[in-house]
Amino acid sequence: MISAAILSIALIAADGPNPMPPQWGGELRFALRSDPKTFDPLLSADQPSELLIYLLHDRLIHWNRKTQKFEPALAESWKVVDQGRKIVLQLRRGVQFSDGSPLTIKDMAYTVNRVADPAVNSPKAGAFRPEHGKVLVESMTGDRLSITFPTIVPSIEAEVSGLPILSNTGDFKLGLGPFVLREYKAAAHLQLVRNPNYWRTESGRRLPHLDSLRIDIVSNADIEIERFRRGEIQLLDNVDPLSYDRLQKDLPGTALDVGPSFDVEFFWFNQAPTAPIAAHKLVWFRSKNFRRAISAAVHREDIIRLVFQNRGTQAAGLASPANKAWYKHGLTPHGFDLGLAKKLLRQDGFRWQGETLVDASNHPVEFSLITNANNKTRARIASILQQDLAKLGIRINISTFDFPSLVERIGRTLNYEACLLGLVNVNPDPMGMMNVLLSSGPQHMWNPAQKTPATAWETEIDKSMQIQASTADLKKRRSAFDRVQQILSDEAPMLFLAHRNTLVAFSTRIGRIDPSAEFPRLLWNSERLVWGAR
Amino acid sequence: MTLRILAAATLGLLCFAALFAGLLTPYSYDLQDREAPSLAPSRAHPLGTDELGRDLFSRLLHGARISLLLAPTAALLSLLIAVVMGIAAGASGGIVEQILSSAADLFSSMPWLFLLLIVRAVLPLNVPAWTSVAITFLLLGLLGWPAAMRVVRASAQTAKREGFLLQARAMGISGPRLWLRQFLPTLRPVLLAQFWISVPIYILSEANLGILGLGVSEPIPSWGNLLYDLAGHREVLDAPWRLAPAVCLVAALLSMQGLTHSNISTRRPSPL
Repeated sequence: MISAAILSIALIAADGPNPMPPQWGGELRFALRSDPKTFDPLLSADQPSELLIYLLHDRLIHWNRKTQKFEPALAESWKVVDQGRKIVLQLRRGVQFSDGSPLTIKDMAYTVNRVADPAVNSPKAGAFRPEHGKVLVESMTGDRLSITFPTIVPSIEAEVSGLPILSNTGDFKLGLGPFVLREYKAAAHLQLVRNPNYWRTESGRRLPHLDSLRIDIVSNADIEIERFRRGEIQLLDNVDPLSYDRLQKDLPGTALDVGPSFDVEFFWFNQAPTAPIAAHKLVWFRSKNFRRAISAAVHREDIIRLVFQNRGTQAAGLASPANKAWYKHGLTPHGFDLGLAKKLLRQDGFRWQGETLVDASNHPVEFSLITNANNKTRARIASILQQDLAKLGIRINISTFDFPSLVERIGRTLNYEACLLGLVNVNPDPMGMMNVLLSSGPQHMWNPAQKTPATAWETEIDKSMQIQASTADLKKRRSAFDRVQQILSDEAPMLFLAHRNTLVAFSTRIGRIDPSAEFPRLLWNSERLVWGAR
Repeated sequence: MTLRILAAATLGLLCFAALFAGLLTPYSYDLQDREAPSLAPSRAHPLGTDELGRDLFSRLLHGARISLLLAPTAALLSLLIAVVMGIAAGASGGIVEQILSSAADLFSSMPWLFLLLIVRAVLPLNVPAWTSVAITFLLLGLLGWPAAMRVVRASAQTAKREGFLLQARAMGISGPRLWLRQFLPTLRPVLLAQFWISVPIYILSEANLGILGLGVSEPIPSWGNLLYDLAGHREVLDAPWRLAPAVCLVAALLSMQGLTHSNISTRRPSPL
């Protein structure tokens, strides 16, 4: 399955973007599920805001969603020095904000100071707000500037590429991106028009090719798909498998399976010693044999076939095959093996009374599995787990909760036994997973916020994560993160199930579209999209 | 009369199917035949199968048990609370009436859905699926009394001035005996009407909770969670037979409305 998915990625990559002659003008229409929560580029965290910030602003370094490599943007070139504490950037000349004012080093300094300001509390602060010391932006000769961090930043380019550059006037309407905001009507639509001063050019003309983008707010996915079918909108950046199959049948050539996404579905057992659950269950959940037995009893291929309509990949770890830099090749998903499951359970003193599995103290093996309500995918996965584990004599009681109640349970009260959930748009860099993987992390799901690691293997995960966080040497980082992924697979604190595929749809009249598994899937190269060609 | 017979027959048929679901279909409602997902109707599966290969006819019939048997139970519970509170308020008057009426106002002003979410969130997790179903309907019953209570209270207030109660008092009947033996029988048509009004409300409440994914938990079927699987209209166009739970729900609700109408129009309060 994995090799098939990799092959499909390879085929898509080989095709590349639709080769189109340069065309100019036209309007592209698509929909967002909700209004953007903010237009402040440093405060956005929700997806609609992030998409708008992506279209309206630009960065010093660009992360190419297709090659997953850094490319020059507002900086023509850069160099990481001082073992990853400092980055020296050569600024591109002649870059102007949307009002025609020139981009200067003052704008860089303003942006860095603002993102670092604790009063702003920017979710993009990352390494720009270190615990000790301060980040310095210094002007150098010949349009060069340096950004110096007080400690080694392992992914310094990722940090810089994640920072939209603002005008030092503090006016967010001034942007360096391909589009500018012309109109916004809450709960109705947004109108973006081409930035006449955008710095990228093609054939001697300033990009973007498109004149405008019309973004409607459509909260219902079915209505969004219907509008796409009627030609009222031209992009769907997240299509469910059933709708995908229908679109392929009804509108050939519009739907595309981009291959594995960065999302991962998994479940885990609560191992927190302070959790208000029965002591004997805590013993089960903290046993590697128990967790591995449960994992071996799960039919992952059925989950892929029945839940994702064969448009998914069995998961072996947090990093999906879509993550070119950090996916651990050779790490295989836990296979279905009922014999192995029974053997592991017997090793831990479990036995069968009739068809019911009981532990050494005769407690029948039964646990509750919580998940979020109003999610058909998870409801179906939970049903599959329920029937799979029933074959081992284990009873699962499924409870669904609204998302805030679920987060309250897994993050604060710890009043649950097992939880089925997923991570969406998993950060491609392990630095984005520190909160989940460090034993002291608040989102270390199975036993959060530990003062000292509860197990030897968690100690080793902590060490490896710290190694990868303390060097800019990619080889060392990769080796350390590979070790973390291997431990997660062996110890199974998180039972990984599936990566859904990225399914998108777009009008055949759009040229040069090159969908990626990474956000924003269809618009990451918006300045190059052309409209009107068949 | 024809309407009443038709309504009673439809409801009777649905109840029969619900009670004898195990005999009418060879499949268990939770049996996943993973090699036969999303099948169209056939002789083996009259309503086809769902995405996990479960027989939809079996799930429809077992789902009827939830809707048609537990909803009336919840309605009876809320009527019982309403009768006790309504008679106490109407008969006592004064501060007791004010307190009980305020309680009814408070309960009816609270958003049901959020209240159910909160109460459900504090319940123990590790309960068998059928227990969670019973808890859901128990909550519905416990929360649904205010409207009926107001009707009973108003009837009790009116009855206080009626001749038959004055006559009973003159004969030395007082206290609970006066209200339970003399007054309660006069409420029969009102209570029947309230019952038939409440049952569809509870069925729809469970269906709404199911559509939100918060109703009866897997693998137990209810008409609500069967409809939840049918959220998109393309699914309806592709597989119209999957509308069967909606058809049954509408048939049951119309039948109940028919019976309610008949009860209201044919029965009149009959004082002593």
